[in-house]
Amino acid sequence: MSLYRAETRRLFKRRFTKLFLLGAVVVLAAVAVSTFLTNESVGPEQIAAAKAEAQAQFERDTQQVEKDRASCEAAKGTAQANQWPPDCAQLTAPRLENYDYEWYMPPTFIFRESFPDMATTLAALLALAAFIIGASFVGAEWNSGGMMNLLLWRPQRLRVLGTKLLTLLLTFTAITVVLSALWTGAFYLLAEARGSTDSMTPGAWQSIGLMELRGLALVLVAGAVGFGLASLGRHTAMALGVTVGALIVFQFGLGAVLQLAKVQFVDAFLIPAWLIAWMDKEITLEDYNSCDFSSVNGCQPETLTLTWTMAGSLLAGLFVVVVGAAMWTMRSRDIT
Amino acid sequence: MTAVLEIVGLRKTYRSRKGTRKALDGFDMTVDAGQVHGFLGPNGSGKTTTLRTLLGLIKPNGGRMAIFGKEVPRHLAETAGLVGAIVESPQFFGNFSAQDTLSLLADAGNVRRQRVTEVLELVGLRDRGKERVKTYSLGMKQRLAVASALLKEPKLLILDEPANGLDPGGIREMRSLMRNLAASGMTVVLSSHILGEIQLICDEVTIIAAGRRVASGSVASVLATAGGGKVRVRLEPGVDTRGAVELLRANGAQVTVEPDHFTVGNAGNPAQITRILAERQIYVSELSPVSADLESVFLELTGTAPVEGQNRQVDQTAAVGGWGQ
Repeated sequence: MSLYRAETRRLFKRRFTKLFLLGAVVVLAAVAVSTFLTNESVGPEQIAAAKAEAQAQFERDTQQVEKDRASCEAAKGTAQANQWPPDCAQLTAPRLENYDYEWYMPPTFIFRESFPDMATTLAALLALAAFIIGASFVGAEWNSGGMMNLLLWRPQRLRVLGTKLLTLLLTFTAITVVLSALWTGAFYLLAEARGSTDSMTPGAWQSIGLMELRGLALVLVAGAVGFGLASLGRHTAMALGVTVGALIVFQFGLGAVLQLAKVQFVDAFLIPAWLIAWMDKEITLEDYNSCDFSSVNGCQPETLTLTWTMAGSLLAGLFVVVVGAAMWTMRSRDIT
Repeated sequence: MTAVLEIVGLRKTYRSRKGTRKALDGFDMTVDAGQVHGFLGPNGSGKTTTLRTLLGLIKPNGGRMAIFGKEVPRHLAETAGLVGAIVESPQFFGNFSAQDTLSLLADAGNVRRQRVTEVLELVGLRDRGKERVKTYSLGMKQRLAVASALLKEPKLLILDEPANGLDPGGIREMRSLMRNLAASGMTVVLSSHILGEIQLICDEVTIIAAGRRVASGSVASVLATAGGGKVRVRLEPGVDTRGAVELLRANGAQVTVEPDHFTVGNAGNPAQITRILAERQIYVSELSPVSADLESVFLELTGTAPVEGQNRQVDQTAAVGGWGQ
């Protein structure tokens, strides 16, 4: 317990932790403020204005088509004829039903539809913070000799490293839970003022709650992986270097190679698809080079669905491998 | 006297692509309670490896170690509270103040916070304790390292080069601190290259070279033994000195002839000299140990004395051993 208390103090005494968390809060506040400013509440007046705008646009487009048709007819037999279709009747007049008034509505924050993206934003930002703070928390200790000093006091390697990791994970659990509650509350109020909270049924709330739980898991895995990589390399830069390397090799290099090789479902090899699958419960990838023919639907691309359970298994595997390797090396390697 | 620290046959081998290197090759060491024990050895001789192994930072390949009678590293967690240590150059997180550094260690080790102020006072950092460690000089970091070792009021204090970077006043303060700590009943193991300091404050010494103990015991006995037993031999007037010298050399002695006497440089057992000479009816009138300072003894024992025209390499030590032993 005393070690846990000391490590918690150490984590929050570090300027890096304070600055990074402050930076994350500032970014979140900026997102919330810009969302507030770019959305507005929608009532009968805005609907009427949108419908009028849709009607006006329809009329403008109808007039334009008539003008174009006249120009087309006039151009027949002249040098400009190639700018128009051979049959001017192909220039068809627009139909009113194609002008949905909702396209002309001002941006409005519908909580049920828009908040999931905000929850993903929060989870991604906190995962980044957890990764870097986790890497720095243990990397700086190794690099500065602090770990050796600590082990002279508590010569229990696994307990020391485990307590540090536990401190990081519990701290980020608390931070994520608190920020998620504030984030949800802030956007609920924002939706009340600049949008709508209609259709927030208990099921919808449950879905948001589960999504935020998945966000918490993402934050904790990111923190543990950053911590584990830095501990393996005994330097903060090890975690950051591996991550940058992985991004370059897998995200850009591998992506380009697989695309050149015309491999099916290239996105399934890239990180964002898995993150979306995890946060949104599933993602359906389509292979536009394929044709799954049916007499009813014609040629449809083949699809591959990645589910949150598949993404969760991947995250769990990553956690076990990196943290397991860090613990194993802590136990077996000399500290010089 | 009770042994606070016992090391028997300690072995540590480093393996790499370039081959294997024996850092410790059956090293032995015993430190009794209440003494200030000097631990000497040239660079790369295995001092720091020994201390790191003892403190659980390095895993040995063989041998036995015990602190306060308890086998380590198996029981290290039980004895850690009794051992304060600094190993090699002091390293701390530069952005924390000395006070923060020590109070975090105090928290981790369940030590009362008041102790932080006490040790900062003790090592002379009271007024600079709130400054960030990265602004400290090497000597101030060294003081902080000693403070961290003293924080838990240990019964055994292990200090690796504690005077490194200290100014002359600091070295003297460190010396008196060691004396006071030993007087209060603390056992101190002191590794240092400042041999004059060791000679001044240590009760016993252990000298290590090439991973093996080459000498141990009280400072006086090591000086006497290793002076090398270097002994001065004077024969009765009129005796054939040249014949005596050749006789001893034929038996393997390293003899240096002086105007009115000669010295035998590797006389581990001086009685051999009298026996060999007496068998030829040559009798000595004086057989006395040549006193030496610790530095010359150290250089002799570890084979690290500079040789004109040669650049000695780290790890390069002369074979050790004594004639007549």
